[in-house]
Amino acid sequence: MPSNKANNKYSGRSRLRRVREFIIESVLFLAALSSVATTFAIVSILVIESIPFFRHVPLLDFLTDAQWTPLFDDAHYGIMPLMAGTLVTTAVALLVAIPLGTIIAIYLCEFAPHRVREIIKPFLELLGAVPTVVFGYFALIFVTPVLQKLIPALPGFNMLSAGLVMGIMIVPYIASVSEDAMHAVPKHILEGSYAMGATRFQTAVRVIIPSAFSGIAAAYILGISRAVGETMIVAIAAGQQPNLTLNPMEPAATISAYIVQVSLGDLPHGSIGYQTIFVAGLSLMLITLIFNIVGYFLAKRFREVY
Amino acid sequence: MVDEKIKAEVRNLNFYYGSVKALKDINLNIAEKKVTALIGPSGCGKTTYLRCFNRMHDLYPNNRYEGEIILHPDALNIAGPDIDPIEVRMRISMVFQRPNPFPKTIYENVAYGPRVRGIRRRSELDERVEKSLRGAAIWEEAKDRLHDLAFNLSGGQQQRLCIARALATDPEILLFDEPTSALDPIATAKIEELILELKKEVTILIVTHNMQQAARVSDYTAFMYIGELIEFDKTEKVFTVPSHKLTEDYITGRFG
Repeated sequence: MPSNKANNKYSGRSRLRRVREFIIESVLFLAALSSVATTFAIVSILVIESIPFFRHVPLLDFLTDAQWTPLFDDAHYGIMPLMAGTLVTTAVALLVAIPLGTIIAIYLCEFAPHRVREIIKPFLELLGAVPTVVFGYFALIFVTPVLQKLIPALPGFNMLSAGLVMGIMIVPYIASVSEDAMHAVPKHILEGSYAMGATRFQTAVRVIIPSAFSGIAAAYILGISRAVGETMIVAIAAGQQPNLTLNPMEPAATISAYIVQVSLGDLPHGSIGYQTIFVAGLSLMLITLIFNIVGYFLAKRFREVY
Repeated sequence: MVDEKIKAEVRNLNFYYGSVKALKDINLNIAEKKVTALIGPSGCGKTTYLRCFNRMHDLYPNNRYEGEIILHPDALNIAGPDIDPIEVRMRISMVFQRPNPFPKTIYENVAYGPRVRGIRRRSELDERVEKSLRGAAIWEEAKDRLHDLAFNLSGGQQQRLCIARALATDPEILLFDEPTSALDPIATAKIEELILELKKEVTILIVTHNMQQAARVSDYTAFMYIGELIEFDKTEKVFTVPSHKLTEDYITGRFG
């Protein structure tokens, strides 16, 4: 029957379409899955390699011991010195990057004439493209000597210089992500503010920032994660001696600097020294995770929806 | 307009978006404490014209005014190049086409204008907020939820909140840019009622694409077409015996 024939033709075409859709969907799904799978693989390796370490070192010692000397004869496994180094360099970096990045974002979003914006943005992107090892040497051989002119007692390796340069490195991330968030605030809300007689600055502070807060918070969190995980700058400029101090004028190793230092050596696989790499990595990941979670809830709490 | 006090005189006003001339030689007097409606087909320049009054065009580059808008009583040319647009917006406020409350509480929305004018005393802010909300006929609905987010209000309530926000700045002229085009008929009726109430206190300029609305709320009507002012007269005259063929065609629905 002719009608049947037509049906077959259509059903053939629709089957082909379904198969094609299925293949496309599967490819897309696998792409998405790869990121999840990688994360799981990394986390499970960190956890699996850390378990034997904690059989050897009690968790309490790990958290409270004031020394980190896993390769010495008299070995201590306290994460606090590395943690302190990480937090101090991160804090110094954020003290530079958050104000500077936010101000640049406000300027670019509300004040800069089109042409100025078009000049500044590529430079910011360029700053973000500088390899961190270059930043590290910049900190060590330029920023530290300059700082030493101001603070003569400053040692050649110190967290202040590393933190400052790390802050400069993060500025482009914070500025560009915050600027995108501010730019996304609807025009009619801005016009409402101007129509009430507000200046550009009042509009930026009272309307744009609160409206874009969740995006700005995301930018800050991105900045924190970068700072916490940053390796080369601190490894080069902050020294590699674990040092339990909150004084940025002293040298200290961060978690990431420790990892890079130890993994370059030849520690026997399965030794406790080898396992410290993974424990340090796990700690680093947990800090980033905590910042992310805190940031997420803060952003949710202070968000002003539009 | 012999017996009316004039609030603003528009003299030979031209306006350019870059090189495009959007308004051509507009001459028009705005009567004090009356409602003047601007009507005309889309793209005729009525919104462009309205936004000259609070210098909204200055927010974007390459816009240019020519001619004068003389604001009384002090005969200030608010379209003049040496006038700070913010000074103009301090005196002339605006309600937009779509309700655009800030992502803040009801209270903070209304207090916004006074706050940017430097008022900080809580008691004074409280007083202004209440007075403005009452003025915009939304006090009863809002008084128990002043610290709720403005987005929790309905569309019509949000638009009245925006009117309250504009009133809180004590404007001499209130500009309405198609204030009911995003609202349902009941909310629209409330806004129209409110406009009739507000004109006792403030001069009103309203852009509308709804001719019934112009007929209901305005005292004067200006009909614009492709950047030109075609006809301007008492509303009843424009709607009953228009003197131009174009006006007649438009209000009888033959085009537009």
